[in-house]
Amino acid sequence: MKAAPFAYCRPDSVDEAVDVLAGGDAKVLAGGQSLVPVLAMRLGRPGTLVDITRLPGLDSLVVQDGQLHVGAAVRQRRVERSAEVAAVPLVARALPFVGHRELRSRGTVCGSLAHADPAAELPAVAACLGASVVVRGPGGERVVAAADFVTGAMTTAVGPDELVTGVRFPVAGAGEGFGFAELARRHGDFALAGVAVRVRGEAATLAAFGVSDRPVVRELTLDPDPTEAGLRPVTDALAAEVVDTDGDAHGSRGYRVRLLGVLAAREIVRAHREAHR
Amino acid sequence: MTWTPARDEDAALVTGAGRFVDDLDPLPGTLVAAVVRSPHPHARIRGVDLAAARAHPGVAAVIGPDEVRAAVRPFPLSTSTPMPYLPSGVDAVRYVGEPVAVVVAGDRYVAEDAAELVAVDYEPLDVVVDTREALGPEAVLLHPEAGTNVATDRTFTFGPVDETFARADHLVHGEYTFPRYSSVPMEGYGVVAQWVDGADGPGVECWANFHGPFTMVPVAAGALGIPVSRFRMHVPADIGGSFGIKSGIYPYVVLMALASKHAGRPVRWTEDRVEHLLASSSGAGRVMGFSAAVSGDGVVEALRVDLVDDVGAYLRPPEPSTLYRCFGNITGAYDVPAVAIRARAVVTNRAPTGLNRGFGGQQLYFGLERLMDAVAARTELDVAEVRRRNLVRAFPHRTPTGGLYDSGDYPAALDLLLAKGGYDELRARQEAARAEGAHYGVGLALVVDPSGTNIGYVGLATPASERKPGRDKSGSTEIVRASVDLQGVVTVLLGSVPQGQGHATVARRVAATRLGLPVEQVRVVVDMDTASTPWTVTSGSYSSRFAPLVTSAVVAAVDRLAETARAGASVLLGVAPDGLELADGSVRDPATGASCLFRHAAGVVHWDPGALPAGAPARLATEGEFVPPEAVAATAEDRINSSLCYGFVAEMVGVRIDADTLEVTLDRVATVHDAGTVLDPVLLEGQVLGALVHGLGGAAYEEFRYSPAGQPTSATFLDYLCPTSAETAFPLVSDHVSSPSPLTPLGAKGCGEGSSMSFPVAYANAVADALAPAGVAIDALPLHGSVIHDLLGDR
Repeated sequence: MKAAPFAYCRPDSVDEAVDVLAGGDAKVLAGGQSLVPVLAMRLGRPGTLVDITRLPGLDSLVVQDGQLHVGAAVRQRRVERSAEVAAVPLVARALPFVGHRELRSRGTVCGSLAHADPAAELPAVAACLGASVVVRGPGGERVVAAADFVTGAMTTAVGPDELVTGVRFPVAGAGEGFGFAELARRHGDFALAGVAVRVRGEAATLAAFGVSDRPVVRELTLDPDPTEAGLRPVTDALAAEVVDTDGDAHGSRGYRVRLLGVLAAREIVRAHREAHR
Repeated sequence: MTWTPARDEDAALVTGAGRFVDDLDPLPGTLVAAVVRSPHPHARIRGVDLAAARAHPGVAAVIGPDEVRAAVRPFPLSTSTPMPYLPSGVDAVRYVGEPVAVVVAGDRYVAEDAAELVAVDYEPLDVVVDTREALGPEAVLLHPEAGTNVATDRTFTFGPVDETFARADHLVHGEYTFPRYSSVPMEGYGVVAQWVDGADGPGVECWANFHGPFTMVPVAAGALGIPVSRFRMHVPADIGGSFGIKSGIYPYVVLMALASKHAGRPVRWTEDRVEHLLASSSGAGRVMGFSAAVSGDGVVEALRVDLVDDVGAYLRPPEPSTLYRCFGNITGAYDVPAVAIRARAVVTNRAPTGLNRGFGGQQLYFGLERLMDAVAARTELDVAEVRRRNLVRAFPHRTPTGGLYDSGDYPAALDLLLAKGGYDELRARQEAARAEGAHYGVGLALVVDPSGTNIGYVGLATPASERKPGRDKSGSTEIVRASVDLQGVVTVLLGSVPQGQGHATVARRVAATRLGLPVEQVRVVVDMDTASTPWTVTSGSYSSRFAPLVTSAVVAAVDRLAETARAGASVLLGVAPDGLELADGSVRDPATGASCLFRHAAGVVHWDPGALPAGAPARLATEGEFVPPEAVAATAEDRINSSLCYGFVAEMVGVRIDADTLEVTLDRVATVHDAGTVLDPVLLEGQVLGALVHGLGGAAYEEFRYSPAGQPTSATFLDYLCPTSAETAFPLVSDHVSSPSPLTPLGAKGCGEGSSMSFPVAYANAVADALAPAGVAIDALPLHGSVIHDLLGDR
């Protein structure tokens, strides 16, 4: 379990990083929590690793213009423990579910987005909130809406010569409520099914994860006083429609449908209650 | 806050000062190996091209099928079935992960680079991974020369089984499946091996985190064609856990010795986690049928037991011992006079199996204790009551299969469990939960916990008529060396090869207590060297043998040192040595109260032996041995007392199952153990907790799964799920009864495996009880939300 030979490069600027990526056969190294095991098992063997953790500007974590800006070098644990994260309660609620604390102390928020594991929490949160991902490439900077960011299992709209430099989560407004839950075999495992929910008035946005090749977002209109039991027929039907994995030994397809229906109803009610406090 | 370690070993371990095999560098210039493994579950090897790997810069040697075939004989097996087992595939590969070649280089990176250049021409063959399928006539044969996949098939009948079944009021039957899982030691396998061409012939010197059984030493030496006397193995003082799993390391010792021969240098191989999960070892999977002939009032009068173990691609020694380790206690905690057994092991395209904490017990009791719940259901008795009616009550108790239960008070342990565990309270919780439409269940398991294996059971795989006269096997002898130095410090040298159990702590206390010394005046050495540490063919750390056997030999050894101290003291005190007492660091004449220090008494023997009267015992270094009584070879009728001691565990599990998500929560775990005399309550509690969590792994999380095509689907920690601290914070009630063994000098029995045997079935019984109203049958593990969802179907 030792990596194949590779070149390691730690550029001094984002432009230089993009130049190296443009050379081809390169992978971005940030927290390394997914990439390093892949290298060690020789499941991936990029020619060059581009270490972006010390790039100037990518370590910023600020609330500005109604958005929480998280630079690509910012570790998950730093966000989790920050004052700024209170501005986006859904991120605060989801982060403790991301791996274990040890992993979060190394792993980055943007790395989790760029890795795009179908069962990952942060891509679903980004999709639920309509976050924006900032990407730099040879042609300059572009902003990708979270809805367009993940294009399949472990694949994103980021080109091989591009670098995610940050993500912007919209700050929660008055009258918004949130819900987040997932179930896994053990604490810290990838979710068998999970939901991130935002409710504004009677409008709910639900992002389901762990049940398809990417986060699945659905909009629902709620009754004024929704109950779990009352919602279950709706969420069960929604779950039956969106779960499109064959399942595995940890969670059969049927079990994931069941979980998604349960979790969606629970979290919508919770978010609605919070929104109408 | 200050911390007082419970064990002498702890301070070094928690400060990173442990010395594990990978921390040692015993031979300068040691090279590093990587193992090339089969990606196929079953394939013929048409050819292997090692040229590119050998030409890779930095590579010292590459060995493959030709080198292994030329130098290694198949390992001696426990049966005569022709299923030759070598440390790597030579003509064919039979499981994913089977070694095919070894690359030796200056470091592991280069070795792995070159390993990718080994070109193997495989011709894929049909695959069989299902145990029942492997028995059938249609199944592909793994070892065609055997003409069958059945490695061993024996039937035994003890007592009037057929007659009892013919007249029974109730016949109760169950079919059960037990999964493969491990104990997942933190440290994987590690070997340093050097081939030595000495004046008296070839030999091997090696270092490995091997912990026995030392029967594997002649097995390994035999494969290399060298005498045991030229196979020198060192085992470091620290091993990072094993629980039986590392008994499977010896084929790698052979392989690395051969690699060293070709490299001309010593070779180190450190197993990584992927290798470990793919190809090290696990407990055997089992499919089984259990039938009971039951009287109208719930008394089990006879049993029929049909066991089929999946041992993987080879009958790797010590398999098929999973079938036989519990032979003497196959009727468990119950007084059942008649039993018929069919015991089979089949080979499949899975990794070889072996020892795993509880060895054979978790499989056996999963069948027996699920069956007892079925007996309760059929006779409409409470699950505790039906067990109580069948318990063994008088000791010693001879089982129909030859076991001799040395001591116990099973009804007292059961009563304590029900009272301390709150059985009635949990039943009330169940009633309340069911009234709300929720699932709640209570499960029991009562198991006899054997310790101190009698290797005579190995003979049972061979019919009595084919067992060679004069070649019987029996016993489990343990030898300990003790010495006293010229300052009166006692050293106890153990060959018990611990893997974290705290042997040094306990042996030190036993020796100090016996000699009346402060513990500071006793030290214990556990580094093992087969050239200098006393050992026997049954040495090792397995079958919970430390408490019953090793401590007994410690007693024997230090009692001889006590004689030496009395002899020295008799010179200083001017009295006869007989009757002198050892206490408080002194040797004392109880008649006069006169005393001298132990160290002065020992000093006389060191410095002034001329003062001793002729014939006085002057052993400054001595050995003590313990030869377990009642551990004799199998009888011609195939009866065997398969262990020296038989402890007891009564366990209860309460589970709550979320009606929506079907998540299973442990509401309570209660466990009562009888390990005879308790040597160290803190370490006993640690063993109980560890075994419980091991059992929880098998019950709810862990399983080595294979796809129908033979590919492992749980070969990383992403898919092979061990309980973590977050899963183990369940409410626990633990207590003990103590029925000292009359067969060991301290009355102690083993205690390291009990709950590994009982918890999986107690948990299954609880889940089954919770889901009983839904009419769901529970006959397999692991059990978690997804499994329960699928079992419930539309219910």
